[in-house]
Amino acid sequence: MSGGHSTYTPKSGLGRWMDARLPLPRLLYDSFVAYPVPRNLNYAYTFGGILTLMLALQIVTGVVLAMHYAPNTELAFVSVEKIMRDVNSGWLLRYLHANGASFFFVAVYVHIFRGLYYGSYKAPRELLWILGCIIYLLMMATAFMGYVLPWGQMSFWGATVITGFFTAIPLVGDWIQQLLLGGFAVDNPTLNRFFSLHYLLPFMIAGVVVLHIWALHVTGQTNPTGIEVKQKTDTVAFTPYATIKDGFAMILFLLVFAYFVFYIPGFLGHADNSIEANPLKTPAHIVPEWYFLPFYAILRAITFNIGPIDSKLGGVLAMFGSIAVLFVVPWLDTSKVRSAAYRPWYKLFFWLFVANAIFLGWLGSRPAEGVYVALAQASTFYYFAFFLILMPLLGLIETPRRLPNSITEAVLEKNKAGAPALAQPAGER
Amino acid sequence: MSATDSTEHHPTGHTRRDFLYVATGVAGAVGAAAAVWPFIDQMRPDASTRALASIQVDVSAVEPGMSLTVKWRGRPVFIRNRTEQEIAAANEVPLDQLKDPIARNENLPADEPATDLARSAGEGRENWLVMLGVCTHLGCVPLGQAGDFGGWFCPCHGSHYDTAGRIRRGPAPENMLIPTYAFVSDTVIEIG
Repeated sequence: MSGGHSTYTPKSGLGRWMDARLPLPRLLYDSFVAYPVPRNLNYAYTFGGILTLMLALQIVTGVVLAMHYAPNTELAFVSVEKIMRDVNSGWLLRYLHANGASFFFVAVYVHIFRGLYYGSYKAPRELLWILGCIIYLLMMATAFMGYVLPWGQMSFWGATVITGFFTAIPLVGDWIQQLLLGGFAVDNPTLNRFFSLHYLLPFMIAGVVVLHIWALHVTGQTNPTGIEVKQKTDTVAFTPYATIKDGFAMILFLLVFAYFVFYIPGFLGHADNSIEANPLKTPAHIVPEWYFLPFYAILRAITFNIGPIDSKLGGVLAMFGSIAVLFVVPWLDTSKVRSAAYRPWYKLFFWLFVANAIFLGWLGSRPAEGVYVALAQASTFYYFAFFLILMPLLGLIETPRRLPNSITEAVLEKNKAGAPALAQPAGER
Repeated sequence: MSATDSTEHHPTGHTRRDFLYVATGVAGAVGAAAAVWPFIDQMRPDASTRALASIQVDVSAVEPGMSLTVKWRGRPVFIRNRTEQEIAAANEVPLDQLKDPIARNENLPADEPATDLARSAGEGRENWLVMLGVCTHLGCVPLGQAGDFGGWFCPCHGSHYDTAGRIRRGPAPENMLIPTYAFVSDTVIEIG
């Protein structure tokens, strides 16, 4: 995986025997022990490891929850209540799984913003970035279908609204929606297939994660300077440096996660989902889970027809477009400098983009009326303008700051300026 | 016979072997596509779902100003006995003010204009409105006798319908759908 130069030497006879037949220990050693990582990685770079941990946690808790869950409209809601009340430790497993989904998204959003800030998507890492986008899409599909399974009011009506997106497609829209639902409305066939796919998709995510890590290990990691590794002193070994740092970040992340699981387990959920699904009564305010809110705001921002595209199709196109635009980011950014640390204007607009994304999320939780609609339209405009106008334009007109010659130089300069006493030990690493 | 030999007889450079490769490949692709179809086909509504075609509803107890909601094909159908004022309010609206000028009534031709009569159960039964209680935006169930036009209001994304179930404001593109139905007697409606 590391692209050659293996330094693995099996020490035992069994190790040599294995190495000649299936060099799995060599692969793991080269990928996670000897693998060189830039010496200046900060904590923003620990979220890849955290995401792997969260995926594993979701799969483990999900597999055991499936042992107690019944994917049938007559039984689903009750079986989830049974998990909460009767199944030994069921409440813990369910809260880990439900809050785990939220924290999975917290981590993925930090990870994506990290990539956008440090220009991690730029050549030669375009495929690495696109694989990440695919993982994100799969995560969204998995989370959506998982949220339907408890068969509460929000489950049912969330599924109704989201599968309703497809009816906006001209000609074949209704056919596609019925194909997804297995009927004319969300019902037992829908629940059955969502359960099946909710169980399948995490393993597909795991597969794409392997490709993602493979691509990462071919190109090597980026780093906060955005300068490629040039010499041996630019890097340190993955173990112990990156493993310990990742491990420490995981512990901090899990501390916050545990606070939610044990003290405010329902905080990120919605009270209406404790009411069993009723196909004849829509809740007063349908809101998706918090991690979909920005996209929900974009969907609702399009209240006007654009030429032959009516407002419904326009909203759906804008929403899917807001994800699709991520896939072409490597070709939208025209800057020769990778990291925002050396791009004063990009840095400003990036943080505006982050604030705007959070604002969109808040708007998504508000009712779609009055001033909220106009604000959502302005916010949606900035979302797309950041990618489609600012990214290509800034690369052409912005004057970047002077880049250091190497990662080593950047690290030594920073240490000299900040804390001279620490310069020596850091240089020795 | 070697490949070079056969090329000599075919000045275009295409040989019979090339043709066989392409033909085999195409046959394989068609076969693979045919094999995939059952896996997609099984997802479509099954026979038991499609069999829930029609229901009969007794509306004798529904006085003017009252509504009944029944479940048909997993979705709500609104049956409303409208008041004189509601019918009058719907009749007052000029057709060019409607967002969707089509009646969307499956019992009438597809291009029938959305007059109040075309939305109702017809001559002599103008008071009856029978429609799928599903917002044409994203499928929520609108609330009755609500919204700015005294008809229905969808709380999900703010679509307002009038007393004939026609979309007047908001993101929904079409009037609420009127399914195939008929009065089998003066008090019983068959839907579907």
